[in-house]
Amino acid sequence: MTETLTLAKAINAALADSLSGDDRVLLMGEDIGKLGGVFRVTDGLQDTFGPQRVIDAPLAESAIIGTAIGMSYRGFRVVAEIQFDGFIYPAFDQIVAQVAKLRYRSQGRVTMPLTIRVPFGGAIGSVEHHSESPESYFAHTAGLRVVTASTPQEAYSTLRAAIQSDDPVLFFEPKSKYYTKGEVDRTIVRDLETANIVASGRDVTIAAYGPTVETALRAAIAAADEGIEIEVIDLRSISPLDVDTVVESVRRTGRLIVAHEAPNESSVSSELVASVAERAFQHLEAAPERVTGYDTPYPPSAVEHDYLPSIDRLLDAVDRTLGRRNSRTGLDYSSVTTVGAAR
Amino acid sequence: MSITVPAPDPALAVGLDVPLTVLDLDGTRLPNELLDPHLTDIDESALTNLYVDMVRVRRLDTEAFALTRQGHLVLWPPLLGQEAAQVGPARALGEQDWVFGSYREHGFALLRGADMSEFARIWKAYAHSGWDPQEIRMAPSQIIIGAQTLHGVGYAMAAKMDGSDDVALTTFGDGATSEGDVSEALVWASTFQAPVVFLCQNNQYAISEPVALQSGVPLALRPTGFGIPSMRVDGNDVLAMHAAARIAFDRARSGGGPTFIEAVTYRRGPHTTTDDPKRYRDRAEEEAWIAKDPLDRVERALERMGANMEAVRAEAKIRADQLAKEFRAACEHAEPPLADAIFDQVYAQPTRRLERQRLEHQAFVNSIEATA
Ligand SMILES: Cc1ncc(C[n+]2csc(CCOP(=O)(O)OP(=O)(O)O)c2C)c(N)n1
Repeated sequence: MTETLTLAKAINAALADSLSGDDRVLLMGEDIGKLGGVFRVTDGLQDTFGPQRVIDAPLAESAIIGTAIGMSYRGFRVVAEIQFDGFIYPAFDQIVAQVAKLRYRSQGRVTMPLTIRVPFGGAIGSVEHHSESPESYFAHTAGLRVVTASTPQEAYSTLRAAIQSDDPVLFFEPKSKYYTKGEVDRTIVRDLETANIVASGRDVTIAAYGPTVETALRAAIAAADEGIEIEVIDLRSISPLDVDTVVESVRRTGRLIVAHEAPNESSVSSELVASVAERAFQHLEAAPERVTGYDTPYPPSAVEHDYLPSIDRLLDAVDRTLGRRNSRTGLDYSSVTTVGAAR
Repeated sequence: MSITVPAPDPALAVGLDVPLTVLDLDGTRLPNELLDPHLTDIDESALTNLYVDMVRVRRLDTEAFALTRQGHLVLWPPLLGQEAAQVGPARALGEQDWVFGSYREHGFALLRGADMSEFARIWKAYAHSGWDPQEIRMAPSQIIIGAQTLHGVGYAMAAKMDGSDDVALTTFGDGATSEGDVSEALVWASTFQAPVVFLCQNNQYAISEPVALQSGVPLALRPTGFGIPSMRVDGNDVLAMHAAARIAFDRARSGGGPTFIEAVTYRRGPHTTTDDPKRYRDRAEEEAWIAKDPLDRVERALERMGANMEAVRAEAKIRADQLAKEFRAACEHAEPPLADAIFDQVYAQPTRRLERQRLEHQAFVNSIEATA
């Protein structure tokens, strides 16, 4: 049975189902109780489950994660909320030096089944420190799983899996999509490692995650008008990356574009392009393209739309990889195509 | 306009001027209103046991130090001088309680029951953790200064949620009190009235930096600002430390919330085996602290109680030598981990990516071996 929920409500449902399914699950974060979270994602949960299981935390990010570690030693499965992407840095040490390594350091004798929820990304017109995409810092750290979601169904299924996992998981929630609606089937719990092909096509592969999945799908629709078939992959898991699925796709399309909001340098796209080059170099018909944020701090949101990957920037990259004339600007990319024939 | 800062509640900050002591340097038993009620069962035999524990801890330390100099261990942070500050509280812990300490807590590890052959592996750089945390109820040793205090508070909160009367002890140095995590831990402990005991072993130095650089007030004063009662205790007096810890554990167990203990002690050796304390402190200071040796004091106290010291010393020596022998053998016979273990236990559910790297590594090693 499915129901129509916003992405925020889907997360709320996943939290509620996790809390009622396992009494060792508890939530901790700033303003998550009475207020129901600054995005109302945890709305009503404290009323239902009580202040012992939905804990309003003092304003101390390192402590939110550090005390959750202590609770894990005693078998609790804490879902910690970091209020905004830009506020995760005070907790960085506890996440990368403690949570990530405790299993390894103890040779498997200590388990950290912690889930860390982080609203991330821009396009909400907010002030600074509220629109960042810090996922690469964590993807670089062994021992952590880093996942995202692009739809209400994905959000529900991924969060359920994250909370059930004995590995620590950072769950990056696309805050610009909190209020988009979709069908949710509560029986679906997914694995934390497999990418999902959300549109198939034979000309170009676009790999995206979180908020850029929808942008990529819109680009695919626009391109279809011009007879170009785009395959869109929702990576879902940022770490580990499901390179296999992307490689398979690139073998069919010969072209890869990666889209994300985070800055370009040392990012998920850096990793994905490198991995695909290692494993499918001979299948590439053109140099891979990356449509990402720029290597600047997140800009004032008045100009964020110039910074964020847009449909037009994606289509421009599509034209470049295909070595064709840009249908809007008229720019001819046939000379910049490095490998393979222009169509 | 002036702001008046209220004086700390004297009931919450005990012993700020003179640390609480019950054993004088000459072994005289000093009366102490606060601590005495918690020492009524400490007779000659109980004090002998604490003495033997301290001798064993010291022997482990000197043996490990020598083993490092001989190249069997890669590093050792010595605890010489801090035996009482560890043995007193360790012997006040209940079996179910947990310890979250730093890297210098060899006394706690030994008395919690760490297997010496596993313990040796940490300081041989064969393993990150030298015991099974769940088995001896002590978290892996912690090198990130102060991080473990939050883990102790979280554990205590969880113990309270479970309705148990287990407590957590978290121990750290004087330098650690400057770290943000320790302040956050104090906030949380106070807010949630967590059954946690903070044990600050103020051994006067953070590597080369004297405690005065960390704090302009006695460290025991800090927690009072968080509403956490605090005791400043002579950390070289095993009985005072034992009693203070009992008070703190009793408070925690009976729902009284967190307590802070500052153990005023001295690290007599270097910070680690790579350090040169002559660069930052003088001989006179070191000698002044040798006069406050935690073991000598107990010997004198036992003499005053009429114990047969020759027999006590002989017994302690046998036990300590036995431990040293066991530890040396563990160091000499330890086998390094297999290279393949690099890939183990990174995840509860191994990732395809990592399994692939494991196979690539194996293939590479095999290819080298095939050509060798
Ligand atoms: C976060 C962090 N910063 C710096 C260090 C390097 N370091 C190791 S021990 C130490 C001094 C710690 O002093 P203290 O807390 O007083 O403990 P003690 O060594 O005296 O037991 C420092 C600075 C570290 N391990 N962790």
